[in-house]
Amino acid sequence: MDFLVEFLIAFFLVVSGIFGLVGSFGMVKLRDTMQRLHAPTKATTLGVGGVLIGSMLYFIFVKGGFSFHEMLITLFLFLTAPITANFIAKTYLQAHLRNSDLPQTGRKYGWSLFDDPPSEKPDR
Amino acid sequence: MLQRIFPHPLLSLTLTLVWLGLVNKVTAGNLVLGVALGIVVPVMTAPYWPNRPRIRRPLRVAEYMLVVLWDIVVANVQVAMIILFKRNSDIHSKWVAVPLELTSPEAITVLAGTITMTPGTVSAMLSADGGAILVHCLHTDDPEGVRDEIKARYERRLKEIFE
Repeated sequence: MDFLVEFLIAFFLVVSGIFGLVGSFGMVKLRDTMQRLHAPTKATTLGVGGVLIGSMLYFIFVKGGFSFHEMLITLFLFLTAPITANFIAKTYLQAHLRNSDLPQTGRKYGWSLFDDPPSEKPDR
Repeated sequence: MLQRIFPHPLLSLTLTLVWLGLVNKVTAGNLVLGVALGIVVPVMTAPYWPNRPRIRRPLRVAEYMLVVLWDIVVANVQVAMIILFKRNSDIHSKWVAVPLELTSPEAITVLAGTITMTPGTVSAMLSADGGAILVHCLHTDDPEGVRDEIKARYERRLKEIFE
């Protein structure tokens, strides 16, 4: 039993380490900002997720108590990571790309950085 | 009156639970403090979040979370493979425009977050009228396929949950 728990915890720690490493390597290897943006979104999901699962198992089976903190870290990560990524993407778009570099929206209005929103707001 | 005190009942509940989780110990004092936070914070932020989102099928939320978690694991492995084994010149990054059928701002926010959290795609921007979302794809040779998968896997489920 002890061996199994230890093995599982070590397994999740190693998995998260590998994904953290690959994510960091991606930051070095990929070419432009938009491509590099994909690397940290990976490190925050499986990279951090593995450590959190390992930590949860440790507290449940070794310390004999349940800890809510891992759940909260997951929640906060899922709330904040997409917003940071979105900010970086928008800043990059604003600084380096023009409307003609992007695909059409397929709607009457263009992308929000380059086009004004409809004047009267539809009732939502 | 009740609407005034609890503009977002779910947010109140979540805040209380988050507070209890943060202190990591359920005592009467912590519970009172958590409930106080759960009442004060939504009241103070209500001007910035005027309408209350409706969750039609709460059970589907659990299904959606499981689907997203599974996709995150699968996509992580795929992106790791792309980073490790593809030469830079073989990585074809593309912008994909995904037309939206969702109209509720909360649903679109969840969709954008989901797209970013599943590795390989990052949501960048909405169209000015909120009717399409711009997605950056790390590597794809089939932009239509990516678009259809986002629509079929995530948007359809969110539509069932929110609308």
